[in-house]
Amino acid sequence: MESMSAVLTTGETPFLGAYSMTQEKVRQEDKAPRENRMTVGVPFVDDARMTCRGVNVYYGEKHAINNVSIDVGRNEVLAMIGPSGCGKSTFLRCLNRMNDTVEGCRVEGDIQLDELNIYDKSVDVVPLRAQVGMVFQKPNPFPKSIYDNVAYGPKIHGLASSRAELDEVVESSLKKAGLWSEVSDRLDQPGTGLSGGQQQRLCIARAIAVRPEVILMDEPCSALDPIATATVEDLISELQEQYTIVIVTHNMQQAARVSQRTAYFHLGDLIEVGSTDRIFTNPRHRLTEDYITGRFG
Amino acid sequence: MQAEKRETTMDRVSKGLARRYRRERWFRLFGLSAIVTSVCFIALLFVSIGANGWSAFQQTEVLLDIHFDKEQFDVDNLSTANYGALVKNSMQALFPDVTGRSDKRELNKLVSSGASYVLQKMVIKDTGIIGSTKKIWLPADDEVDMFLKGYISRDVAESARRLNDKQIGWIDQLVAEGRLEKKFNTIFFTAGDSREPELAGIRGAVAGSLFTLAVTLLLSFPIGVATAVYLEEFAPRNRWTDLVEVNINNLAAVPSIVFGLLGLAVFLNVFGMPRSAPLVGGLVLTLMTLPTIIIASRASLKSVPPSIREAALGVGASKMQAITHHILPLAMPGMMTGTIIGMAQALGETAPLLMIGMVAFIVDVPHGVTDPATVLPVQIYLWADSPERAFVERTSAAIMVLLGFLISMNAIAVFLRRKFERRW
Ligand SMILES: Nc1ncnc2c1ncn2[C@@H]1O[C@H](COP(=O)(O)OP(=O)(O)O)[C@@H](O)[C@H]1O
Ligand SMILES: [Mg+2]
Repeated sequence: MESMSAVLTTGETPFLGAYSMTQEKVRQEDKAPRENRMTVGVPFVDDARMTCRGVNVYYGEKHAINNVSIDVGRNEVLAMIGPSGCGKSTFLRCLNRMNDTVEGCRVEGDIQLDELNIYDKSVDVVPLRAQVGMVFQKPNPFPKSIYDNVAYGPKIHGLASSRAELDEVVESSLKKAGLWSEVSDRLDQPGTGLSGGQQQRLCIARAIAVRPEVILMDEPCSALDPIATATVEDLISELQEQYTIVIVTHNMQQAARVSQRTAYFHLGDLIEVGSTDRIFTNPRHRLTEDYITGRFG
Repeated sequence: MQAEKRETTMDRVSKGLARRYRRERWFRLFGLSAIVTSVCFIALLFVSIGANGWSAFQQTEVLLDIHFDKEQFDVDNLSTANYGALVKNSMQALFPDVTGRSDKRELNKLVSSGASYVLQKMVIKDTGIIGSTKKIWLPADDEVDMFLKGYISRDVAESARRLNDKQIGWIDQLVAEGRLEKKFNTIFFTAGDSREPELAGIRGAVAGSLFTLAVTLLLSFPIGVATAVYLEEFAPRNRWTDLVEVNINNLAAVPSIVFGLLGLAVFLNVFGMPRSAPLVGGLVLTLMTLPTIIIASRASLKSVPPSIREAALGVGASKMQAITHHILPLAMPGMMTGTIIGMAQALGETAPLLMIGMVAFIVDVPHGVTDPATVLPVQIYLWADSPERAFVERTSAAIMVLLGFLISMNAIAVFLRRKFERRW
């Protein structure tokens, strides 16, 4: 419980008093030791879109996420980094309850979207997933036309009342995803026929077509080549103006390029959260430092 | 030193390489010979059935000048008129010198007893022909047919063959006059079963098979798909569903005759459904094909990549929407393939149908699922059991028709698989 009280401190107040909040480099001996599993840094923000408190996730007996508390700010890009298997995807999937579909997966704790607990019994996952969209690691367009891929979400949620309106939603979503100029003349062709990078942007267009508030991206560029990756990264920066984005990445340069805040996970624990600049230049936890300096990964 | 070591490694690899390639060659040769053997057997099967059966598609007919004598139609009911007499009279006119009573009987035997039905049908269709004389091709007796097809030899002693010397003489005369010819056998495709080979057809059995299969398809496809979807997408994984799964796999291995006995006990004895009816046959075959369809459907549901499911759920589709909009359409080709294979099995099934009385001798072509009927494989079984030589070729011909159905069903399955197959 001692950890809870510490975690619940909000704002820019330093979480662990002993560690200085100044921009000066934290002295090596002042860094949190490797054994420390309490979150270091500033996990909370003033204007939060999503707040997570004391989240634990179990896969059967396996404890995959251990008491994680963090906020996702409005219109920010939050990057989640960490060695593979540390629970980044698991935590990300808690945010739109995609873990509900996993047999044996149990989520405890409190996750709120705009002050509403999304794990409340009264919450329906269907509208929740419309509010919190998701882009997956491997591009997964439906084996349907490009148009139908984008139009599917608006159709099932009844977001467009006429064909013309639907056309408009499709066009604007594809434009936002930066794909319109490449596919406008072949909307009726299968989405699976596009290149990997185009497919991933199509999936992003599909996600934003239902006008979500938050977009979750699980290593969206890991299956893409460098040029396609750059395109998607530019896109993320543009989308940030309208959406809140949580992105999981194993690529630290990518986290540095696209995000404002970064969270470092280690074996199910949230080790450190802070502004991206700070995390990469001045980590306060030895594990974070080990990871970003390449000593561990 | 280093170079030398490399040398030896390469040498060793190439030594092993020869052995590896030899093994591969042997394996390929083995596979090839297995395929060649099975192709040979299939070819043998088709050739022997074809050689036996092709002649059944022709039937000998005799051209008679039938005089529709007004006197004969001096009755209340057109169907009771003595059509046999019309045939006899015209035969008599062709062979005026045949006078003896028994000779006349022998002569009349050359024309099928079914000839009078042909005339009856003509008159009922158009009563205007009464009083006129018409040249009409009528079916000849099966023995005449066999003789013309060369299955009865004239070199055999008279007592050892079914046609005596006099009859053969008349046949020769008719052939010489151009009154006896082999024609396309329409009766085979339009008639039901008969005791007379020349009047027996597969229409009744085909109709029975189609009705039975229709019942089977209408029941087993929806039930099978629904079961597969429930088990795969909704059912919790626990001991009960494991038990259900094991039992479905067991059912697939149960001998089909057991389903026939079950059908007899349940559908006929408990529910009192009609015997020999395609409805009951369809129910029994449904029990038999359900496991096949469920297993195939589950496999094809499993083969839909989970990423598609996640994609649908990720944009906020409900579970049901994800299934009906994405998973089912993608799994459908596999389900249909499984269903068609199940149907093909059902089409060739005999044993369970014997149990519920579909083995009866039924002349009428069934017009509904409750009419008594038989099915193609049972018809084949019945004909194969008949002593007449002419049924031998009809058996083979019926097998050809059955194989034709089976091959086209499998072709449809392959076509569907090709057409709707997706690559991710
Ligand atoms: N469906 C699952 N069932 C059981 N264990 C799982 C499942 N998914 C993930 N895990 C486990 O949870 C831990 C976190 O996994 P994950 O969130 O995928 O890590 P990351 O995305 O950071 O690589 C891993 O140890 C993994 O083995
Ligand atoms: Mg992951």
